[in-house]
Amino acid sequence: MESTNQVLLKGNEAAIYGALLAGCECFFGYPITPASEIAHAAANLFPALDRPFLQAESEIAAINMVFGASASGRRAMTASSGLGISLKQEAVSFIATCELPAVIIDIMRGGPGLGNIGPEQSDYNQVVKGGGHGSYKCIVLAPNSAQEMCDMTYEAFDLADRYRTVVYVLTDGVIGQMLESLKLPEPLPRRPIPEWAIDGGVNKRDNYIASIYMDHDDLEAVNIRLQEKYALIEKEQQQAESYYTDDAELVIVCYGIISRVAKTAVAKLRDKGLKVGMLRPQKLFPFPKSHLNDLVNKECMKSFIAIEMSNGQMIDDVKLAIECKKPVHFYNRMGGNVPTVKEIIEKCEKILKEQQ
Amino acid sequence: MEKLKFGKSSGFFDTFERRPGAIKKNMHYCPGCGHGILHKLLAEALEEMDIQDQTVLIAPVGCSVFTYYYFDCGGISVPHGRAPAVGSGIARANPDSFVISYQGDGDLGAIGFNNFIQAANRGENMTVLFVNNAIYGMTGGQMAPTTLPGQKTMTSPQGRDPLTEGYPLKVCETVAALDSPVYVERCALTSYKNIMQAKKALRKGLENLKNRKGFSLIEFLSGCPINLKMTTDEADHFIEERMMKYFPIGKFKDIADDRPAISKHLGIFEPAAVKRILYPNRQSSSKSKDFRNKSEIFTKERRIKCAGFGGQGILSLGMMIANMARLRNFNVTWLPSYGPEMRGGTANCSVVLSRDDVGSPIVDKDTNLLIAMNQPSMDKFLPELKKNGVLLYDSSSIEVPNCSEDKKVFGINAAEIAEDLGDHRVANSVILGALSFILRDYFLEGDDKADFDKTFEEAIIDCFANKKGIVDLNLKAFYKGKAAVETCF
Amino acid sequence: MTVKSKKFTVKIIADECKGCNRCVKACPKNILALGNDLNRFGFPYVKLVKDECIGCGACYYSCPEPSALAVYEEV
Repeated sequence: MESTNQVLLKGNEAAIYGALLAGCECFFGYPITPASEIAHAAANLFPALDRPFLQAESEIAAINMVFGASASGRRAMTASSGLGISLKQEAVSFIATCELPAVIIDIMRGGPGLGNIGPEQSDYNQVVKGGGHGSYKCIVLAPNSAQEMCDMTYEAFDLADRYRTVVYVLTDGVIGQMLESLKLPEPLPRRPIPEWAIDGGVNKRDNYIASIYMDHDDLEAVNIRLQEKYALIEKEQQQAESYYTDDAELVIVCYGIISRVAKTAVAKLRDKGLKVGMLRPQKLFPFPKSHLNDLVNKECMKSFIAIEMSNGQMIDDVKLAIECKKPVHFYNRMGGNVPTVKEIIEKCEKILKEQQ
Repeated sequence: MEKLKFGKSSGFFDTFERRPGAIKKNMHYCPGCGHGILHKLLAEALEEMDIQDQTVLIAPVGCSVFTYYYFDCGGISVPHGRAPAVGSGIARANPDSFVISYQGDGDLGAIGFNNFIQAANRGENMTVLFVNNAIYGMTGGQMAPTTLPGQKTMTSPQGRDPLTEGYPLKVCETVAALDSPVYVERCALTSYKNIMQAKKALRKGLENLKNRKGFSLIEFLSGCPINLKMTTDEADHFIEERMMKYFPIGKFKDIADDRPAISKHLGIFEPAAVKRILYPNRQSSSKSKDFRNKSEIFTKERRIKCAGFGGQGILSLGMMIANMARLRNFNVTWLPSYGPEMRGGTANCSVVLSRDDVGSPIVDKDTNLLIAMNQPSMDKFLPELKKNGVLLYDSSSIEVPNCSEDKKVFGINAAEIAEDLGDHRVANSVILGALSFILRDYFLEGDDKADFDKTFEEAIIDCFANKKGIVDLNLKAFYKGKAAVETCF
Repeated sequence: MTVKSKKFTVKIIADECKGCNRCVKACPKNILALGNDLNRFGFPYVKLVKDECIGCGACYYSCPEPSALAVYEEV
């Protein structure tokens, strides 16, 4: 028998493989559909590598355990969905302010309220805009395949370290639940304990980690430093996939499962000779402003359409990015429904007809 | 000559540089506050036990939020009530650290009680120092879970009424009732005698930490003269005469000697070892590693829907097909129906195989192959089968469908064959056998024919890797299904 | 023959004392008392009023401040 890096995994499971290969040292989680397979995979594979896995008593506990583990200089992660993410927000604000690296996976489900366990994208605002109290942001990666669930979770740990920030891997229930073929990346060696950690080791007792600054000027300075960091992230980390955008008259902007459906729709529209393209943000913060602005200035380019499984959350970022220089149309489904190829084709055909 | 007999411990910083403002020698606590007394005991213990390097002292939200101003050891300030959760993370992630969770009655008893009691019940290697002064301090004298009946506070101006606000929360008694914690004691920071007992209890708690014995709780009845609107003497009197009636001091539990030390996770990180564990082993029973059959069926994307009711192994069937396709170098997606319809007892999954990237993984109006294993699924999904599509169904329970001429239709009594094999659950493998025959005989040529059976075998073995006992039966069912379809068509 | 007993004393840093009276109450020999003078921060502070310290440490452990009060032994 020989081993292979070719595997068939659910997106949720692929994320755990990515995490472990990136050297993630501990997992803390709480069950929630449709993210539970992440905890299931972690419960099997972290102990297989003699690394801690713990089912916490709540989402709140899980993220606070990540806070503690990260403060100890260990790569740590958790995963949840919708309402579970809402519960975590206070601690995320602490982690962001303490400038600790941490990775959170959010497999979005239907909301608001208890909603349902179908796929949605309605956590966009609470994840991409910060979410908790205070002026902070998190890097947000947006995979649309099991391969990217693995690769982006793998990458998330490096980004979290490099910018000392929280990194979300944000996708919907379909991408989490979908089994897909992928190649596993190479294992990374264990990250050395960072200098800032309170690792309970020799010479580290000078470190302390806190987000309380009683002096107003001190706290303002912290805020300014954070905003400078976010500006740097915006400069260095914008990322998007372009599909038939070169000569497009209409560009679909979407992420997650919709980008898979839209890709099929774009191929079919192209078969009909219609010049439709797709721009898929692979990171939602920073939002791919430069990619959008490259398109906006093209002569052929007439309009965008944002397609979401939410009430119009990402569309705001599209409009802001292009400063409303071109029209941005909108199509959405909610409640657990995914836009179909047919719906997308019909909507695009209607727009193309109107803009002639 | 003079020698210092009792004086500032080096568990404290010499000057409190982390404290903003001009005052660098004093603590921020009000006159007579019990926190200062406990801080001194703790600093002294850290110094004398030589554990300052390994200690992580968690500062809660409350008056003791600034412990890191004072203690020369690792420190972290955490969200209100979450100290035991953060501490669990630290203790698990770095088993060489000694986690001390310092909490007040609001932090521990109100907002954070679940985190506290769960950490206690897990037996985390952590020592909790619980300062109980029967009132909120930092927010200005509101009612705490430990406020006494009749005690007036800013939010119980008429005095706490036990019938509407409950009786004071007995934390030590609650924790001592659990099996996991190893040490529980309640002390009082009042008289010299009580303070010396508190010192002893604290040492015991820290020894347990050092010896990895698990969870220790020490509660300190502590004076808050300012918020109680009392002098120091009156506050001590309040503790000794009123609080102790409710909260008797003493040892509730001490089983540390009988408890083995908690083991540590060391972690496997060496790349070759990680690969050995995470990268799957290939069975490699099939012949060709780079199968690229030129048959027309494999040049286009194939969209498959498997449907039936829960318990028929519909999802496994789709997964076995997906596995087969992966082994033959297709890009594959498998998507289960999850959501409301799952609750109704029906199950279906979409499988897409492609030599290119798979676009939409959702199979709806464009199904190339429909596998239906009950009548409602047939009725629901047959209209979605494309022109020239293939239908494979379980004829044991489904009527002969009325299909247009272009469709290729195969009915096989899968459920009956499975029953004959002694397990109705292998009907899915019977269907898989039939599918293998259909694919092989309609679309494959030469060596690839034999290779294909081996591939399906491998897919079945892979799919049931965690349930090795049923692999053989499923393989048997696979060949039964294959034979059955062979004789029918 | 006379046995020379050990000699102890208490030193108080006036500006670190918050005048809470805990040490005064704790001392078994009643050698400490709260004075009427105020320190730099406006607190009345404790003074040593009798030279009869036995070095028991009750005042030190009762005092909530880290270094407001210390007990010394003459050697």
